[in-house]
Amino acid sequence: MTANDHSPNHLQLTRGGQLRHFLTLDGLSRELLTDILDTADSFIEVGTRSIKKVPLLRGRTVVNLFFEPSTRTRSTFELAAKRLSADVLNLDISTSATSKGESLSDTLLNLEAMASDMFVVRHSQSGAPHFIAESVTPGVAIINAGDGRHSHPTQAMLDMLTIRQNKGGFEGLKVAIVGDVLHSRVARSQIRALNELGVEEVRVIAPGTLLPRDVESLGCTVEYDMERGMKDLDVVIMLRLQNERMEGALLPSEREFFRLYGLTEDKLALAKPDCIVMHPGPINRGVEIESSVADGPQSVILSQVTNGIAIRMAVMSMAMGGQMSERQQAQAENEGSRA
Amino acid sequence: MTALFDINQLLDEMEAGLRRTLEQRGVTDPALIGIRTGGVWLADVLGKRLGIETPFGELDISFYRDDFSRIGLNPKVKPSSLPFDTEGRDILLIDDVIMSGRTIRAAMNEIFDYGRPASIILATLVDLGSRELPVQPDVVGQVLELGAHQRVKLRGPEPLRIELQESGQS
Repeated sequence: MTANDHSPNHLQLTRGGQLRHFLTLDGLSRELLTDILDTADSFIEVGTRSIKKVPLLRGRTVVNLFFEPSTRTRSTFELAAKRLSADVLNLDISTSATSKGESLSDTLLNLEAMASDMFVVRHSQSGAPHFIAESVTPGVAIINAGDGRHSHPTQAMLDMLTIRQNKGGFEGLKVAIVGDVLHSRVARSQIRALNELGVEEVRVIAPGTLLPRDVESLGCTVEYDMERGMKDLDVVIMLRLQNERMEGALLPSEREFFRLYGLTEDKLALAKPDCIVMHPGPINRGVEIESSVADGPQSVILSQVTNGIAIRMAVMSMAMGGQMSERQQAQAENEGSRA
Repeated sequence: MTALFDINQLLDEMEAGLRRTLEQRGVTDPALIGIRTGGVWLADVLGKRLGIETPFGELDISFYRDDFSRIGLNPKVKPSSLPFDTEGRDILLIDDVIMSGRTIRAAMNEIFDYGRPASIILATLVDLGSRELPVQPDVVGQVLELGAHQRVKLRGPEPLRIELQESGQS
């Protein structure tokens, strides 16, 4: 075994370099990220047809395994799976078996016994989808729908798709991520994707208390003053203030936060005139973003939601395809060695 | 690799065949759909020859292929684009090569997801036989019988030419 075998890609890519799970953006090449975006573009077109369905996952069973509540992510994953013609089972584990004392492994064994082909996993523990991918039956694909503070790769990719749609590409772009970076799994995945796709600068704008230690090592510059930070921006991504994850007093008050880091029309005017405004949702109006900006002409927040369906269709079909071609190859090799 | 076919002669054949078929069926306002990539080039040329003003559609059948469970998703899939309403429309479906018939089955499934066409006429530049499904083209440029290790490929778009390739393996 080489050291490489312990990288996340050993788990999420086939030997031929196809996706078979989608756990993290770490280690994925610009080429593969671009393939995901291109595939998603084709699925956007499917969403405009009279019948918004393609038969790729017909006869497959997708289980949405949500250990943490979510509306938007779960419903777009559900819609994505249905538009691929899969059968979908939604399991809200936070209110289900685990509260009766069943362990994660037992829950999974039961679901595998129902012949599931894919688990879409959201969990408050970083690394949970990775753990499941390591122990799951071969042939079953795992998609990370957000784990702890670690990553949220489909959200980051739908943001990349939205940026490419509006800016035509990534070269030369200055992109800022504003707000609660500390608690955000989205920010980590975004920084990784933006750097891999080759933007000019990723800037995080936040108070020191809402930044992880060594944030620059993720590949970004840091600005504590939002008015200075807005200069020359092509894209500004606002993060939700994650009150539910905050322990202790990281902020003086929401009103104070809005005054310093809330995106207002006045602050947006400091960026380039065609700067787009993004937000992963759900938005806290008047906390991190002014209503008139969220609903304004530079906001692309709702197209992020539409793009989320296409990105999830792309990732699900690519991972399922990787699993199936791998199974096919293994079978061929088996027959070869018997002959 | 050799280019021993006169592409213009084959296109003449297709054009004449299409005119004949359209007349027989009484179709006056057809819309063209080419299957990527070769079929799209041909749809462009044939559309001009037949004087069809409706812009032609382009179909990428990657999402409808029946071998997804064996080889996975084509990573270079491009969006299909049908710039007209297929509902109730007479369609000329164009591809470069027909063999098993599986591509055409996939293409017809995809077309129906845009709306129910009134009819579909199938035209291909080359028919290699070896059918695995009951799908027959209405119009063919040329029927060919190939050796076991031979392949034909349409190159284009400017100029269009057919290449006969020897796979060179034993």
